[in-house]
Amino acid sequence: MKFTMTVSPDFSPDYIAGWYIFNTWLQNQTKQAIHLELYNSFDKQREDIKADKIDLIYANPYDASMLIRDKGFVAIASPYRKTDEAVICVNSESEYTCVEDLKSGCTIATADDPEVSTIGMIMLEPADLSKENVTIEELKNYVMVAKSLIGNKADAGFFLKEAFDDMSKFIKSQIKPIVTSQISVIRHTFLIGPDFVNNSGICEEDFRQLINSMHESEKGASTLKSLGFERWENQDHEEAEFMIDLMDTLVS
Amino acid sequence: MSTIELKHHDQSTSSREVSDEEVPYPEGKLIVSRTDTRGKITHCNQSFVDMSGFEENELIGQPHYILRHPDMPAAAFKDLWDTIKAGNKWKGYVKNLRKDGKFYWVYAVVVPNVRNGKVVGYASVRRKPSRTKINECIALYKTMLAEEQS
Repeated sequence: MKFTMTVSPDFSPDYIAGWYIFNTWLQNQTKQAIHLELYNSFDKQREDIKADKIDLIYANPYDASMLIRDKGFVAIASPYRKTDEAVICVNSESEYTCVEDLKSGCTIATADDPEVSTIGMIMLEPADLSKENVTIEELKNYVMVAKSLIGNKADAGFFLKEAFDDMSKFIKSQIKPIVTSQISVIRHTFLIGPDFVNNSGICEEDFRQLINSMHESEKGASTLKSLGFERWENQDHEEAEFMIDLMDTLVS
Repeated sequence: MSTIELKHHDQSTSSREVSDEEVPYPEGKLIVSRTDTRGKITHCNQSFVDMSGFEENELIGQPHYILRHPDMPAAAFKDLWDTIKAGNKWKGYVKNLRKDGKFYWVYAVVVPNVRNGKVVGYASVRRKPSRTKINECIALYKTMLAEEQS
């Protein structure tokens, strides 16, 4: 039987090769045929999840909710000490110094990332801003969000903190953060689906042990490095359920 | 600073110091806590600890109303409990009392933690509220409180 693994489309392009290396490592360790399918679009990926075409996934917290509660996926691990945070930036020469300086009717640039958009909109609430009174400019990636700020097309832009931190010095010198989330409890999670649990011949606990001890071998550690992770950290079912409850409080 | 006597829905009372000094909500943070089905705190994050002014070990096992400010009408909490006990999400603006008597406003969202079809507790997440909404609530809660005390 051949399984399909995918990754939330918000991963950094710098790690594309890393996910292929991880897939190869995983196939060698599990002796299973696993195809890696990468998507540019959240919608297309969700279509395939709904059609039960996905067996293993590195999911964002949004999709983890649907995968665990509706599709019977099991949480295995999250990257150690890596949480999902968002940053709101403005043009570095702008007079905006805090969220409350932004006014109704302003333009917000975002990338196609529902999680960052949710956290970003929450951080705009203290300024009485919502989707009803701002113009959203949805762009393909965070570099385009930065360019929109630099070109004064948008008043503010939402960034995944990791993407903001990875921007070049040149770009960062032209934009400034006005608020950064410190949520700490929302994380991407590696999940396995019911077909993989039932048909791979590897029990859930053995698979969990395999992933969570990956950093202990030289090959595993170098594979993790190619993903930008130090190591995996176990995510048990209750931790994942609680994160889903928290996500539920953040969506209207 | 004044001392007030608070009466809670479980008929218990507590004596607390109250001042009119507001502590600003920390930028970008979420205050997270979890209670059992009776409202006793089972988990709280560092932001909760920092803003409450209590130590974590003073919070765990205590009823959530340890943060109740006397300016909050009982009807607001009745609505909260009626909503979450019915299995629904509650949202509202809450003025909280710190250990040192100061206060802070939050926008709170509370959801039931459902496991295997059964409610095992509640999760509450607070975020920074808008000043416009706080001002609306100050007026509304004052009216509600006056009605409750009349």
